[in-house]
Amino acid sequence: MNNTVYLFWSVAVMALVTYLIRMLPLAAFRRKIKSKFVMNFLYYVPYAVLSAMTIPAVFYSSNGIISAIAGFVVAAVLAFFERGLLTVAVCACGSVFVTELIIRLTGG
Amino acid sequence: MNELRFKDGIKDGLPIALGYLSVSFTFGITAVNMGIPAITAVLISLTNVTSAGQVAGIGIIAAGGGYAEMAMAQLIINLRYALMSLSLSQKLDSRYNIWHRLSTSFCVTDEVFAVASGKNGEIPARYMYGLILLPYLFWSGGTAVGAFVGSILPDEVKSALGIAIYGMFIAIIIPPSKKSRGVLFTVITAAALSCLICYVPLFSGISSGISIIICTVIAASLGALLFPREVREEPVDE
Repeated sequence: MNNTVYLFWSVAVMALVTYLIRMLPLAAFRRKIKSKFVMNFLYYVPYAVLSAMTIPAVFYSSNGIISAIAGFVVAAVLAFFERGLLTVAVCACGSVFVTELIIRLTGG
Repeated sequence: MNELRFKDGIKDGLPIALGYLSVSFTFGITAVNMGIPAITAVLISLTNVTSAGQVAGIGIIAAGGGYAEMAMAQLIINLRYALMSLSLSQKLDSRYNIWHRLSTSFCVTDEVFAVASGKNGEIPARYMYGLILLPYLFWSGGTAVGAFVGSILPDEVKSALGIAIYGMFIAIIIPPSKKSRGVLFTVITAAALSCLICYVPLFSGISSGISIIICTVIAASLGALLFPREVREEPVDE
């Protein structure tokens, strides 16, 4: 398949579905959601999505699994102590960079 | 009565926009790292304006996933917006016509929803336009800068930046996991299922988008069944 065509339609599908989800309830429907299960399900969805997207993908996010594990551990510890998004992200990046530097310098 | 103006929206939107800068910058870098063209990454941010859905989307594109898989994954991941839009629709003032609804619904993000629903009284369209303007511009602009910077950085730096988006996700899910057993349970279940699908040979045919759908539906359903919460109007920010 032509790559540009594939990219275009993938983005189009993505955008259309996302827009319809937001637009239809605002423009058309007026009914309130009564189901307690649905409300609870929707509450937990973001946490499930982010967790499934992070693990195990985070371990393959850098050039080597060791540096990625180092970055993950630093991020998890800082997040546990409730540091902000940016702090956690920057420190995770720094750990990966330093770990890879050490591995290169020690000829690993 | 003190009516909300366009300017009030701009003022309330600025902090949201600043927060979006770092996330969208990271998204741009992640997309380019995955082999997505920079212009496509920007196009995605311009047309979607949602973090988790976009990251899942570029994962699906990078793996060459199908359109049905893409549609399904976006539907599941972004379904919570339907709830926010529904809740927001009850607060709009009488002059908020269909055209305003069609245009502003495009930008109902977790943060925009949180701010708008926290306002007293009815919300006029001009306030919503003000509220979404800067977040939208910063979201798209941050992606453009991230994608461009990601394209010219040396390999070692790119490798280090690849973890940034996951660092942010970790920073979002761990603090509430400490406070809520339901969230903790959902996070662990989703991670365990995700590893199962990734490492058990039986499931090796399952692509990234389908995996996210399966993990999300099972983990969030179990969370909802085993740890039901007092139902409130608004879902908590992601």
